[in-house]
Amino acid sequence: MLSSPRTTNGNASCRDIMTGLSLLRAVVVCALVGLFGYSGANAQLRIEITRGIDRPVPMAIVPFGWEGPSGSEAPFDFAALISADLSQSGRFDPLDDRDMVSHPTRPADVDFQDWQILEVDVLVIGRMLEEGPNRYTVIFQLFDVLRGEPLLGYRLTSTGDEGELRAAGHRIADMIFEALTGIRGVFGTQIAYVSQEGKGENSLFRLIVSDADGANQHIIVESFEPLMSPSWSPDGRKVAYVSFEREQSAIYIQTLRTGTRDRVSARAGINGAPVFSPDGRMLALALSGVQGNLDIYILDLATQVLTRLTRNAAIDTEPTWAPDGESIYFTSARSGGPQVYRVETRFGAPVERVTFEGSYNARPRVSPDGSQLAVIHRVRDDYRIALVDPDTGVTQVLSNGSLDESPSFAPNGAQIIYATREQGVGVLSSVSTDGRIHRQIASVAGDVREPVWSPFPRS
Amino acid sequence: MARQVFLLILIGVGAVLAGCGGDAATVPDGTSATDPGVTAVSNGEGATTDALDGTRGPNVRPEEPGDNAEGLLSRLVLYFEFDQSNIASEFNALLAAHGAYLAANDGAQVRLEGHADERGSREYNIGLGEERAQAVRRVLLLQGAATDQLSTVSYGEERPATVGSDEEAYSLNRRVELVYR
Repeated sequence: MLSSPRTTNGNASCRDIMTGLSLLRAVVVCALVGLFGYSGANAQLRIEITRGIDRPVPMAIVPFGWEGPSGSEAPFDFAALISADLSQSGRFDPLDDRDMVSHPTRPADVDFQDWQILEVDVLVIGRMLEEGPNRYTVIFQLFDVLRGEPLLGYRLTSTGDEGELRAAGHRIADMIFEALTGIRGVFGTQIAYVSQEGKGENSLFRLIVSDADGANQHIIVESFEPLMSPSWSPDGRKVAYVSFEREQSAIYIQTLRTGTRDRVSARAGINGAPVFSPDGRMLALALSGVQGNLDIYILDLATQVLTRLTRNAAIDTEPTWAPDGESIYFTSARSGGPQVYRVETRFGAPVERVTFEGSYNARPRVSPDGSQLAVIHRVRDDYRIALVDPDTGVTQVLSNGSLDESPSFAPNGAQIIYATREQGVGVLSSVSTDGRIHRQIASVAGDVREPVWSPFPRS
Repeated sequence: MARQVFLLILIGVGAVLAGCGGDAATVPDGTSATDPGVTAVSNGEGATTDALDGTRGPNVRPEEPGDNAEGLLSRLVLYFEFDQSNIASEFNALLAAHGAYLAANDGAQVRLEGHADERGSREYNIGLGEERAQAVRRVLLLQGAATDQLSTVSYGEERPATVGSDEEAYSLNRRVELVYR
């Protein structure tokens, strides 16, 4: 089923251009911000907690007050955004507005008894002020209801731009999340993923970037040929990916803000699995040459020097960097079926095997602190996401589907987003790294796959 | 695209018949020779419809009584076992026919498109599709094709022939397609 995209300013969408160029099997490359993209509730990803922790923290987020010209309304509902973020994390259970007996917006107005009767542990209040044309201030406080004490208070400013207001709301949710859990929040991050609309020869592949909550989807590339393997640069400004637009696989790096891109590898044979190094200066990739023998290489993006890391007749692919940039984990079939191996990033380094449980372990990704790998691990006939300790090989299965793939860590290391199939449709899911919280993220626009979590935004 | 390939097969079949004189039906492995009265066009047509629409039914075996060089040339897909790239003997005749055709027609070019079923990781499946395409390429080279007549590409699991998550769909997706250019 094809959804019709809406554009932010009425200019031709990526889709309209694609229709016109369909005979040429064209690819359309779009900038992240600006003319091409669609947003709005229709196109949003829907997040649903499918399994939460036993006792999510009951909390109340009171609708924020508005102090602007009389008769005017607040341009943005901060409480709703913060509430959605915290509840979608699976760790919090916000109270319905209708159950609130009072609606304080300032600390002096808070009567903790009102909230103790409602059995909430934590209270958030706030207000928004118009300081001048297109200039707003948002103030919030976080309280421990049981002790009747403030935990946190902050003031932010923003213009009236919706994107900026959402970003401010996500920062508030991040601060609350970190104050209550000790874990840095990821509400202000983004995800990139591939979608496929339609089936067969005329299906449309897209690379999409959206906020972590599914809002603000932007198509950054659209093509009638497959797109695969997106990878974020560590500064969050670029995405590398594989495209078959020239009837062979090739690797591109696209700058999100401008839509410009470089084709960085179009060698004979396979060009696959690009992953930026932690310092952003190199790309690990898989190349096969004309003989079709896939091996791991690293490409220095400035000098174009290519260094070969593996030389093996079996399939070596899906490289990923350890956070110190000194070694690379990858998938290899050198001992029969796919397993995960590690090699240091220098020519001639020895290769050591890292996974020993089960007959299929592939597509490794390293946690931000370097202590764990997420892999695709087969259990009987089911493909699931598992955590593997790279030093001991100890394996812990996290997900419970049968076609789970493409794990990606959130930059706080607390959850893993991955792709799976639900009733014949590709959907995204996430699981907390302690295995307790499961969420499903469904798209209305066809099949989605290959999610990759952005780094923390650089402010 | 389908029509172009169909015409090419007809022309190619004509060339094979012309080249081999009365010996058009050189068929290995116990399949029977062509009845000389059967024309290339009707053989080609019948078999082509099956192969070119890409949806090969599970009950169509690659070698059937009455298979001959023309019939084999119009079969453009080989299938593989899970996680394997070795070519089953049931496809030997098929590859012999295509190899012979390529050897006899310098200008002919074929792209070997390798695929895998959807299970497991995508880039690994790109590798698997490529191994399958390379296995076919090696056999065609042995059968007389020249290196510049053959190219390979792998689509991994990205272009399935059949959508589905059951064993039947999987078996139809683990394939190499011969695409004449």
